[in-house]
Amino acid sequence: MTAFTATVTVRLKRGVLDPEAETTQRSLERLGFELQDLRSADIFELDLEADDDEGAAERAEEMAERLLANPTIHDYTVEVAQRE
Amino acid sequence: MTIAVIQFGGSNCDRDSVQALESMGLGAELVWHEDGLPEDTTGIMLPGGFSYGDYLRAGAMAARSPIMRAVREAAADGTPVLGVCNGAQIGCESALTPGAFTTNESARFQCEHVYLRVENADTPWTSQYEEGEVIELPIAHGEGRYEITDDRLDELEADGRILFKYCDEDGNVTPEANPNGSKHAIAGVTGERDHVAVMMPHPERASLEDLGRTDGEPVLEGFAD
Repeated sequence: MTAFTATVTVRLKRGVLDPEAETTQRSLERLGFELQDLRSADIFELDLEADDDEGAAERAEEMAERLLANPTIHDYTVEVAQRE
Repeated sequence: MTIAVIQFGGSNCDRDSVQALESMGLGAELVWHEDGLPEDTTGIMLPGGFSYGDYLRAGAMAARSPIMRAVREAAADGTPVLGVCNGAQIGCESALTPGAFTTNESARFQCEHVYLRVENADTPWTSQYEEGEVIELPIAHGEGRYEITDDRLDELEADGRILFKYCDEDGNVTPEANPNGSKHAIAGVTGERDHVAVMMPHPERASLEDLGRTDGEPVLEGFAD
């Protein structure tokens, strides 16, 4: 078994309104910053042990499907790296 | 008759719900989620509140607690299930009902009275209203904006699965009368079968004459059918 960190990034699907991101953008603009758009996302770092990259990614994907993301409104990505 | 009002850590409309149901002569009891469903359960109410502190997403944790498996089984066997507010979020998170309730368009918690138009009066929860009737109920939520894909939305409309839409006093569905930016101004929907339903407004908070309006009572009568 090898130690991995799987990074799951959960973000709203394109087209789904994100009022918190809009409010944050407005706040940045009020501070004088210029920007065209702002998107927010949640990142989960999962330390786990698996036989290989694929095994780690598969388990992280299942966690995203079953809890971390809501497929009605979210997309997610999984990245896996070996942990020292 | 025993309507199980399921209490999660952070539920806060559980006692109100029991009191509202009892005042209408419907037997109800508080059921702590770890204790499982009582054997004589004839109905299930998922009450409002902030179960598990709304961690991750409102309703996400409660939806995956063991008692929800029993709730889904009971629902499949025909037991009426009503989710209100946080209970509605739990219902959608556990796939008892379609779609998701997420952050209000205002990005704020909103506590106010709203008008609702009855869209389908042919469900256990709305059979005492007329289609198109306008009722007034309170809302109190920060994540009540109904989201669903456009395809699914069309299906829900076509299949008559929308219980209530936010509207103005005269029953007009307008952007101004939509308190949270819900798609198609949806305030409540049914599951695949209409004995399972969820709604963000609080019928139990409008069911005691001493406290004013009783527009919500007919929703709770759905348990009596």
